[in-house]
Amino acid sequence: MNESNTSSMDLNTVLPESAEKFQGRKSDVSQAKPDFQRRRKIFQGFMFSLFKISAAINGIALLIVVYFLVVRGWRAINWTFLTQPPLESMTKGGILPCIVGTLCLSLGAILVALPIGVASAIYLNEYAKPGRILRVIRLGINNLAGVPSIVFGLFGLALFVVWLHFGVSILSGALTLGAMTLPVIIGASEEALRGVPDTYREASLGLGATRWQTIYKVVLPAALPGILTGAILGISRAAGETAPIMFTAAVFFTPTLPSSIFDEIMALPYHIYVLATAGTEIEATRHLQYGTALVLIFLVLGLNLIAIIYRAHLRRKIH
Amino acid sequence: MDNLIKMSTKDLDFYYSDFHALIDISLDFYANQVTALIGPSGCGKSTLLRCLNRMNDLIPNTRMEGDIVLDGHDIYEPNVDVVALRRRVGMVFQKPNPFPKTVFENVGYGLRVNGISDKAFISERVEKTLRQAALWDEVKDRLHDSALGLSGGQQQRLCIARAMAVEPEVLLMDEPCSALDPIATQKIEELIHQLKKTYTIIIVTHNMQQAARVSDITAFFYLGKLIETDKTETIFTRPQFTQTSDYITGRFG
Repeated sequence: MNESNTSSMDLNTVLPESAEKFQGRKSDVSQAKPDFQRRRKIFQGFMFSLFKISAAINGIALLIVVYFLVVRGWRAINWTFLTQPPLESMTKGGILPCIVGTLCLSLGAILVALPIGVASAIYLNEYAKPGRILRVIRLGINNLAGVPSIVFGLFGLALFVVWLHFGVSILSGALTLGAMTLPVIIGASEEALRGVPDTYREASLGLGATRWQTIYKVVLPAALPGILTGAILGISRAAGETAPIMFTAAVFFTPTLPSSIFDEIMALPYHIYVLATAGTEIEATRHLQYGTALVLIFLVLGLNLIAIIYRAHLRRKIH
Repeated sequence: MDNLIKMSTKDLDFYYSDFHALIDISLDFYANQVTALIGPSGCGKSTLLRCLNRMNDLIPNTRMEGDIVLDGHDIYEPNVDVVALRRRVGMVFQKPNPFPKTVFENVGYGLRVNGISDKAFISERVEKTLRQAALWDEVKDRLHDSALGLSGGQQQRLCIARAMAVEPEVLLMDEPCSALDPIATQKIEELIHQLKKTYTIIIVTHNMQQAARVSDITAFFYLGKLIETDKTETIFTRPQFTQTSDYITGRFG
């Protein structure tokens, strides 16, 4: 009783005073430190310039790489280069087997990684209950993303080439590259699934759809553009890797194109590596090395472009 | 209240982890009547609504005690098919949530997932429910355009049509007009008047005028408890508890 009385008394005496204080402070704020406003504007300008420069460095780096490759490599590129196998200890002729090989490997890798990756993401994001098991699986996926690519190469050699008797082949290479791109696909797919509003799931379940119908008919179509982004990243990564395929799929030289998934093949990144380090005519084939790199970059860009156009088409269909 | 009891809750308690969200709720819902659930935010009325079609099953760390009975059968019995239950007890949500599909596919969705593939039947039903929802004239030329291109009010009527297409027996509406302008709200309210001929409707609303206009029975909730329930007219003219009269006259909440 006593306590409540004193507190209400305090309130009466304190209130008018604090109102005066507040008014005084208000005029303080509008007059405070005349050069403060100017200084914080300059500081903001400085920080934003810094961000702008950082972003520009990215673009410039890409331009320099492409410029370098074009200047050094464009002379190597002609019809023969793109449509013939290498000749005369790989100092003449073209790189057709390498182009075909890299296409097979990266498409094969995505064929392996996309279904498994999307299925894993669905389990993690739609079915699994939060808890220790989920945390352990997530930890595993994150660590898989951090494993060096040469380790994947050795893993593919041990598991697919030797133990499963697939030999050095497109199959072994695609499986190895697929395992390597899995974390990328899972990450992007989970991100895409998380982006689908829960209201879609509730609406579907509320109509008497099962959880699987909800995922298959509503959630996945809405998440597809994001999942494709993951596929794009995965293909890019798979097409450019050398270490995972050097023991599992790629060979120094084969004049013929593959006829089955059990054939060994040449591949663009491995070909560059071979020409630049292990050939007998390293200096004489410099322009071929840059030409091959140029083809590799445009192949990856081309694959990305197809996926990007398809993604844009899907987004238009949704909205 | 001469109508049959379609659904009822008995001694219902609901917990989000340790939070006791619904306390000992016993309430009957009558067939072909509109029951409005009112009360300040956080009083548990949406939670109750989501218990009625077991939507709360989806939220982890929740617990329910007591019974909910639909046509004499407990819907929380272990052998109850939740998916089939949700077909019978449909739901319209606070924000319009059409799927990113065409208008036609939205309304036909519930039929397809319930195993109907006869195209003629589906398009007949789509037209019928869109007419019922007073939306047909506005969308008949854009049935195969994305539903996301409709206005908010049209989207909400589409969601009502989508819910009606599977012929539920009970329709749960969770503040269906809170995101809509007054004209769209009026259209939805007219629709509710039409729908109660066929359905049992339970509606959560923050709008006292709306509760007064659309409902036959009103139940007032406060801090997880059902304070009182009666004919809407009685609640709004002669409420028994001061909490109720304070709330409906706008003194708190």
